[in-house]
Amino acid sequence: MELFLQQILTGLANGAIYACLALAVVMIYQAIDHFNFAQGEMAMFSTYICWSMIAVGIPYWVAFLLTIVISFAGGVAIERIIFKPIHNAPVLSHIVVFIGLLAIFNSLAGAIWDHTIKVFPSPFPDGSFNGLIGLHEIGMFFVTLILLGAIFCFFRFTRIGMAMQAAAANPDSAELVGIRVGWMLALGWGLAAAIGAVAGMMIAPIVFLDPNMMLGILLYGFAAAIVGGITSPGGAVAGGFLVGIIENLAGTYIPAIGSELKLTVALVLIVTVLLFKPNGLFGKSIVTRV
Amino acid sequence: MTTDVETKVDPRLTSGARINVKWVAVFVILGVLFPFFIDGYTSFQMTLTIIYAIAILGLNLLTGFNGQFSLGHSAFYAIGAYTAAILVYHLDFPVYVTIPIGGVVCFVAGFLFGLPALRLNGLYLALATFALAVAVPQILKSSHLEGLTGGVQGLDIFRPDVPEVLVNTFAMTMDQWWYLISFGIMLLLFWAAWNLINSRSGRAMMAIRDNPIAAQSMGINTSLYKSLTFGVSAFYTGIAGALAAIVIEFVAPDSFTFQLSILLFIGLVVGGTGSIWGAIFGGLFILMVPNIAEEVSTGLSYAVFGVILILVIYVMPSGIVGLVDILKVRLKKKL
Repeated sequence: MELFLQQILTGLANGAIYACLALAVVMIYQAIDHFNFAQGEMAMFSTYICWSMIAVGIPYWVAFLLTIVISFAGGVAIERIIFKPIHNAPVLSHIVVFIGLLAIFNSLAGAIWDHTIKVFPSPFPDGSFNGLIGLHEIGMFFVTLILLGAIFCFFRFTRIGMAMQAAAANPDSAELVGIRVGWMLALGWGLAAAIGAVAGMMIAPIVFLDPNMMLGILLYGFAAAIVGGITSPGGAVAGGFLVGIIENLAGTYIPAIGSELKLTVALVLIVTVLLFKPNGLFGKSIVTRV
Repeated sequence: MTTDVETKVDPRLTSGARINVKWVAVFVILGVLFPFFIDGYTSFQMTLTIIYAIAILGLNLLTGFNGQFSLGHSAFYAIGAYTAAILVYHLDFPVYVTIPIGGVVCFVAGFLFGLPALRLNGLYLALATFALAVAVPQILKSSHLEGLTGGVQGLDIFRPDVPEVLVNTFAMTMDQWWYLISFGIMLLLFWAAWNLINSRSGRAMMAIRDNPIAAQSMGINTSLYKSLTFGVSAFYTGIAGALAAIVIEFVAPDSFTFQLSILLFIGLVVGGTGSIWGAIFGGLFILMVPNIAEEVSTGLSYAVFGVILILVIYVMPSGIVGLVDILKVRLKKKL
């Protein structure tokens, strides 16, 4: 029982990482109707910016806020500079551009900050709760919940959040009612980059900072978003925790899996969920007209 | 009752598509003579280009002609390669026989993966296949399969020698011989793909891509065609994988990471989705451009590669074939 509880809590802690990233994935999906494969690398890059600021002596929370602002501006800039000109290109071409961005960010981070693994500070006190779960993990858990609340309110109660949803769901009609669809896309990119930055800064104290830190985690983030339902921020967070817990329990209790096949578990999980609930556990089913 | 309006139908529309024999003949002759004018390393590189082109064509059948995304084709490439390697290494199969077997094994694997994939579309499918691509190297490395796959170390295999006659008459080297074999297989597979696309089945595949619901209401069995296309696509990629294993004489899990899937995908888009001969350009692109990027700057090679990619999409959003089509139209207007 002790082991079981321990594994659940470790799963929750890992799940918080995935949930954080899944939120950013959902955000960009709400805004542009695509996955952004460069999301993880953008978050990693933001985290490095924060690390540099802390390294020159700026207090943590100031650096934290500045990073969010810079990431937001960076996200908007990427949309305006790179994606606006190819707005009408086929979807597959967009994905190639995502891949190009991923390569650029990964390589640039390696060139600027070199490839050695760096320790990233945590804003929360050291220590743990009953030796079961670290205080940083608990802090991260609450940060994720606060983010979730903020996103929910943004989409539900603000004019601009509603406008953004409209722009993603039906760009033509949105344009007709006076929404500036182009800028909504840019805003979505900015917000997704900002949320990604928060995720990166929360994850970095656990997995340490290096240019490849996000490659594995992003897959879990996608899995979490899919399992929970890509249209639902709450579902994405629940999906993140679920993926974290299942991955840990399967690794512990099914001897054939162990630690070497953990990723395979994520694969099986995605495919199984999608088979039975193609829109995820909490997602809305979307009806289209022929 | 007969219709009173006589419609004149353009005979080109009813006679079906024709292969442009002139150009194909030029291509084949140049392709066959090519290895005799270049050094061994270049012909090895060209062999790899051909292998990539085959794999990209497989991906194109699925994505370009049937509208199903896949970022998991490195998995099928790996299955093809390992099938060939295991048959040669453990069971002493003749090397040439393993190539079609690799393809057939992949066909089955692809068909089976295509069944659950039926329920997914667009980016969901891209993600599920991406997960497949990430999982396969892990499974290959897994200690449970180590006896079969050689684990992290992989397997070494050896190619048979060039037939005696060819060595005596043409002084043919190993690289040239395998270039020619790959070239022949590529021609065969391209011809088969061309026939498939211009058949009833090909039209069904494209109808499903353009509007699945309309296709279904016209009596096309969409589930069957979609999973069959998955199988055929995997077949092509599996043949490419088997060829690669033999040409490189070595297989290891780390040659088949998801990066390979992404490279194939880039080759597909850059070459041109929905075009058969675009695959050759795609193959050239993914073989040459990373090397060029490496030469420009070793430390920032990925960044250079990324910039090149983005620029390529800017200049030709629908790939090289799309660019050629636009240029053709412009040229015709001028004349």
